[in-house]
Amino acid sequence: MKRAYGPLIVVAMLMFVVAPVLVARAPFEATMGMVQKIFYYHVPSAMVMFLSAFICGVASAIYLFKGTPRADRVAFAAGELVALFGVIVLVTGPLWARKAWGVWWQWDARLTSTLLMWMIFLAYLLVRRYGGPGAEKLAAAMALFGMANVPFVYISVNIWRTVHPTTRVVPTLAPSMKGPFWFAVAAFVLLYVLLLTLRIGLEERRAQVEHLYLEADEG
Amino acid sequence: MRRGVTVTFLVMVLTVSAAAAFVQQPAQPPSQGEFVPVKELPQHEQLPAAPLLVAAYGFVWVALLVYLFSIWRRLSRVGREMDELSRRIAERERRA
Repeated sequence: MKRAYGPLIVVAMLMFVVAPVLVARAPFEATMGMVQKIFYYHVPSAMVMFLSAFICGVASAIYLFKGTPRADRVAFAAGELVALFGVIVLVTGPLWARKAWGVWWQWDARLTSTLLMWMIFLAYLLVRRYGGPGAEKLAAAMALFGMANVPFVYISVNIWRTVHPTTRVVPTLAPSMKGPFWFAVAAFVLLYVLLLTLRIGLEERRAQVEHLYLEADEG
Repeated sequence: MRRGVTVTFLVMVLTVSAAAAFVQQPAQPPSQGEFVPVKELPQHEQLPAAPLLVAAYGFVWVALLVYLFSIWRRLSRVGREMDELSRRIAERERRA
């Protein structure tokens, strides 16, 4: 797998270079025009953010109930990626909204719940960083609450009256829009898997350093 | 450590202040007597989409590249630390 990092990162980057070309060729949406093309990066980022929150939550549950250190490292890595893809979602969304709705932000169910979910994962990272000894367990419990938010954020647009497009937009995309969209999703998922693997590798190396420090102190 | 906590605290205070600013609703515009078709909007009121689109795609690229760079830097730092510790342990074992 380690040998495949380089080529796979190159493939992911190439996909990110090709994606805007495909997006540019996709037709303009009837009411929003050009600005709708933000959707091709905004939605895949949100999908990857949900996936990462789910991975972080499941790994945290395994760490809480079984105490597996590797699960804790996976959770930490995934938590950091929720923050990264969350910031992408929360920046690209308002850039689209400014043109589509005339305002940068609306305190509706989808936007507010996404912001809250992102802040829960930021708090998770802060607790991990500054919580001191034993903070891993407290942070793991927070990650469970963060994961519990995912279905709420997803269905919020269908339950409450909101200005945000509903979840029916993606399944009903025109065929000429589906191709670029799913290509962008594939690029984001591939890059996410690579970043997660790299980030878990970093945590494993840190664990090895701690082990070496203990070994050095014992001598 | 303390500096990090201070910076984190400042970032949180700024975030909360910005959120509070968003909550304040702007004054209501006067009632409109007629609807204006979008094509007849004066030039200064039309919002171009291209800068928003470029900003969104640019931000995604910059965020991902910055994150990749930060992982690479952290990996190099941990690698250096591992080499240094291994060297120290090996040196001590040689002396013993």
